[in-house]
Amino acid sequence: MHRTGELYGQFQTLDQQKETATLGMWVFLVTEILFFGGLFLAYTINRHAFPTAFGIGGNMLDLTLGAANTVVLILSSLTMAMAVWSATTGKKSLVTIFLILTLALGGVFLGVKVVEYKQKFDHHLIPGHNFDISYCVKNPSPVCGTPAELATEEKEIEEGLKVDPDLNAHAQLYFSLYFGMTGLHALHMVIGAGLLLWLIVQSAKGRFDANYNTPVENIGLYWHFVDIVWIYLFPLLYLINRHLG
Amino acid sequence: MSSAPLTTPGGEKLPREHYLNATYGIRSWLLTTDHKRIALLYLISVTFFFFIGGLFASLIRIHLLTPGGYLVTPETYNKLFTMHGVAMIFFFLIPSIPAVLGNFLIPIMIGAKDLAFPKVNLLSWYVYLVGGAFVLYSFATGGLDTGWTFYTPLSSIYSNSAVTPAVIGIFINGFSSILTGLNFIVTVHTMRAPGMTWLRLPLFVWAHYATSIIFILGTPVIAITLLLAGLERMFHLGFFNPAYGGDPILFQHMFWFYSHPAVYIMILPAMGVISEIIPTFARKPIFGYDFIAASSIGIAVIGFIVWAHHMFLTGQSTYSAVAFSFLTFLVAIPSAVKVFNWTSTLYKGSIAYDTPMLYGLGFIGLFTIGGLTGLFLACLGLDIHLHDTYFVVAHFHYIMVGGAIMGYLGGIHFWWPKITGRLYPEFLARIAAIVLFIGFNLTFFPQFILGYLGMPRRYHDYPPEYQVLNVMSTAGASILALGYLLPMIYLTWSMRYGKVAGKNPWPATGLEWTTDSPPLTENFHETPVVDWEVYDFEHRPEFGLKGSISKKPAPAHGDD
Repeated sequence: MHRTGELYGQFQTLDQQKETATLGMWVFLVTEILFFGGLFLAYTINRHAFPTAFGIGGNMLDLTLGAANTVVLILSSLTMAMAVWSATTGKKSLVTIFLILTLALGGVFLGVKVVEYKQKFDHHLIPGHNFDISYCVKNPSPVCGTPAELATEEKEIEEGLKVDPDLNAHAQLYFSLYFGMTGLHALHMVIGAGLLLWLIVQSAKGRFDANYNTPVENIGLYWHFVDIVWIYLFPLLYLINRHLG
Repeated sequence: MSSAPLTTPGGEKLPREHYLNATYGIRSWLLTTDHKRIALLYLISVTFFFFIGGLFASLIRIHLLTPGGYLVTPETYNKLFTMHGVAMIFFFLIPSIPAVLGNFLIPIMIGAKDLAFPKVNLLSWYVYLVGGAFVLYSFATGGLDTGWTFYTPLSSIYSNSAVTPAVIGIFINGFSSILTGLNFIVTVHTMRAPGMTWLRLPLFVWAHYATSIIFILGTPVIAITLLLAGLERMFHLGFFNPAYGGDPILFQHMFWFYSHPAVYIMILPAMGVISEIIPTFARKPIFGYDFIAASSIGIAVIGFIVWAHHMFLTGQSTYSAVAFSFLTFLVAIPSAVKVFNWTSTLYKGSIAYDTPMLYGLGFIGLFTIGGLTGLFLACLGLDIHLHDTYFVVAHFHYIMVGGAIMGYLGGIHFWWPKITGRLYPEFLARIAAIVLFIGFNLTFFPQFILGYLGMPRRYHDYPPEYQVLNVMSTAGASILALGYLLPMIYLTWSMRYGKVAGKNPWPATGLEWTTDSPPLTENFHETPVVDWEVYDFEHRPEFGLKGSISKKPAPAHGDD
């Protein structure tokens, strides 16, 4: 196996090797943008076509959990950046600590996501035969939220149905996109967590220092990219139809 | 005008050590990170899929020999043309030249020891195999009847065939393309030898650079599109499902956003091969190097903004149709730039009709026909008549078979001495090239007429008045099949019994011809330093052409 910062056979210098790895990661992230781009396109077109259903769908998400998760993810990007900084400045033990913090925050994000998905399941908001946008209104229970919340929801759905009689169908489109987009994002988080785990093991062995830190930097780039995707997903899915007060 | 000066001098010996005998055993092949060995692994796998796709094509042509369709049921016929398309496009045409010839040659052409990411390169082959396994599973367990285009809602809701594994397979296979494209782009940027400037890159490398741009920008879009269609089928999510208000036309837009540029994935590398063959056998520097290089990038870029010309009949707005029609005409410009530059290179050249050149000349003619009939289809009015007829089938087979496969075979013959160190039997190879050319035209030219007369594509049956042309097409297909079998046989034979080729049998000017045939695992004994211009036959004495073409004196640095 290759030791720390060893020059691989195909390269002439360590600088060339580092430049190559970094360029490779940037090119990969370009493909990722196009990959998510397809979903964003589908979202944009359908939101334009069915603004009422998408607005009501968005209001049915849990804003508190979504906002908390956004904060968690931004924090994890901070700790990732700190890990890269520690590596480039040669602070070996700090690298490991910051990487562990990043992984922990990523774990919190995924945990919250599981809670949110479970909620949608309880509310019958999974597209398919049992999907019913007014399930909670028809079967009020503590799982569905407070009576005040349900009253607002009922009013919204009533008014929505006047504008868009096929509200239930179009809301399924919204929730398909919600699960598609957040699911794919979560998959990227899981892959990122795996990469972090590998980094932590390597870092604990003291592999990264001021001279050799390309893996930390490149996985850092990936982690920030996944973070940025969420920065777009959060307003598009949760915020766009909220009204203050 | 004779091929005599290009015959190889005898008495050459194979190098004692090269990439083929550096290590032995199955492990040394399956775990190799040598780009040359990976290229050979790809060569075997794409040939396998080529024969699968070819088998389906033969069955289609035999079925269409008579009106009424007696050979297979209509349902089976739908599966045959679908599986023909899937095997040929995703598992043969797209990887063929880039993953075989590109993989083998790009590092050698730019003077590198390997690609930037050798392990990623091996990974891409395994990803291809896994994707291929899923697709074969789909073929074996009920087949696929959606057309290679997978239009929803047929693919996502109604089809009863094995769509799910096929979609998964193509999704997985996409990552193989992405990794190959990523590897090529980074390699060209960071691995060039000293003196190998961007404008000294062989046009083959420029063409692959342009192809790689499409790989990395287009392939993720087909991946997400098929993933969404697959999720719709498997989990009843709805992205394109009209029952939820989704729009099947959106699927078509996203599908063609990749699949139109994918046509350029197939043809651009072939153009790169031709740009190497033409100057070698005209023994002249290529005419308009800068323009050919730029036109590759131009085709890649414009290719991304023409996709909706596949959808003129979906009821899209007239304004958007006019815009896409205009943009489609625009692609003709860089394509024509290439054709005119190749023909200008031939002008006053010392042309030798060796096998690669026969494929090269065949390519120019067939690609021109394929390209010009593309302009017919870009015309909004005419397309209403020709859409979904055999005219379209003939048009894209002229580009993909007449263009891409001719280029692929031309390239295989051209670099065969470099890959194996041995020459193939020249006479037999010329016969095969001519048989292929005749068989191809007899197969597909009648289809232009059939389409113009109104025979729709993808139908298992046709009225009796179309029979004569269909019989011609089927007869051509059998000649074409012979043309494919011949190289299979004599190329395999030549691996053991062919004459030893030596470093530079043609002779040609690329860096790959300055190293051993077959090359070392590290490609070069020492890192080459490039101090000559690309395709410069005149100023390099080893070609013995000094002063025969140009009267200009040789520059001081030219005598390497």
